[in-house]
Amino acid sequence: MTENNSDKFETFHQTLVNNKLDLVRGETSILQINVGYLCNLACKHCHLEAGPARKEIMSRQTAEQVVDFASRHSFKIIDITGGAPEMNPNLAFLIEKLAPLAPKMMLRSNLVAMHADQQAHLVEILKKNRVEIVASFPALNEAQMEMQRGSGVFQESVEVLQMLNEQGFGIPGTGLELSLVVNPGGAFMPTDQAQQEKRFREVLQKKWNIEFSHLYSFANVPLGRFKKWLDASGNYVDYMTKLAQAFNPCALEGVMCRNLISVSWDGFLYDCDFNQALSLPLAGNKQHISRMDALPEPGQPIAVSDHCFSCTAGSGFT
Amino acid sequence: METYYQPSDLPKFGEIAEGAPELAKKFFDYYGAVFAEGELTEREKSLIALAVAHAIQCPYCIDAYTNTCLEKGSNKAEMTEAVHVATAIRGGASLVHGVQMRNVASKISF
Repeated sequence: MTENNSDKFETFHQTLVNNKLDLVRGETSILQINVGYLCNLACKHCHLEAGPARKEIMSRQTAEQVVDFASRHSFKIIDITGGAPEMNPNLAFLIEKLAPLAPKMMLRSNLVAMHADQQAHLVEILKKNRVEIVASFPALNEAQMEMQRGSGVFQESVEVLQMLNEQGFGIPGTGLELSLVVNPGGAFMPTDQAQQEKRFREVLQKKWNIEFSHLYSFANVPLGRFKKWLDASGNYVDYMTKLAQAFNPCALEGVMCRNLISVSWDGFLYDCDFNQALSLPLAGNKQHISRMDALPEPGQPIAVSDHCFSCTAGSGFT
Repeated sequence: METYYQPSDLPKFGEIAEGAPELAKKFFDYYGAVFAEGELTEREKSLIALAVAHAIQCPYCIDAYTNTCLEKGSNKAEMTEAVHVATAIRGGASLVHGVQMRNVASKISF
């Protein structure tokens, strides 16, 4: 049981024990780079509490160390996230240097950070390097989206999606991918991904003539700003109970932390971005990317806590 | 304070099978089939259920289908409109009986 008030859900660790399961690393094939917690938005569901007041952004020196590390190993996917990665002045450098090193590169965007005129050059770089844009677009309803992400966000997000479509992103046959990430507007479970994708495709096409490649439906992770809201609103135990009751042992096989290594803005390594938010380092001790000679061995245990229920609920989080 | 309706009773709905397991199985199988995607999506069926829940004023159903509607991807504006549909039908059902009143009144009045 959790230490505070829960007589409703077992801890994640206990759930693994009860199900006779281990969570250990497999072959590392994804390098995820968090270039900082600075963001133009302060979304209510953010597990990192990213926002305009955050000062942590990846320096040029750390960016060079990341490039050096990536060039010494083989990755199938390189995934850049934040904060708003567009607000880091080293983003273009990272894309140009890292894109040739892996078959696929992804950039996570809140769309609004790509709205400013000075980002036109960035869009060209993304296009040239065939970077998949993975964009947050949590709702088809303006009020619902802005309750979660802030005033004025909906219209700007729609405009950026239209601009990206004009550039070829999300248009079949261009080879330029534009995917959407949808998450719930509160303490409830995410919508079935296939049903959500079908509806978003219909509505975005009909109302705004927008196309996209894929849609991912993810649960909100009870960390950071979202955890604070869960506590303040009295929803924490009920939400964790929902996640725990939806624990799917089969989803454990596909969780991203098995194959991913996460680098923080200051160059330290984690099993995933969520463990980074909780300061749970890779292999139990803080290791800097500049001193990491080899990738983690398959079979190495992954640090877990109750937030891991987000990735094992229902069909899981990839 | 003790009341007839307890939120903690909702998850116990399945226990109704202890009294009549065969009937409960038929009911829950039917219930599951009704809400599966067919010509209507699961999201649309949940909005209908939410409206009906308000029409029959069932607190358990309102709680359950508010959660289900959100999890199926509906938003509060859509859910509020669904409740207005129930309200319009309930109100309309009263009002249309006014025709009966007027028929009776006309028959026995000068």
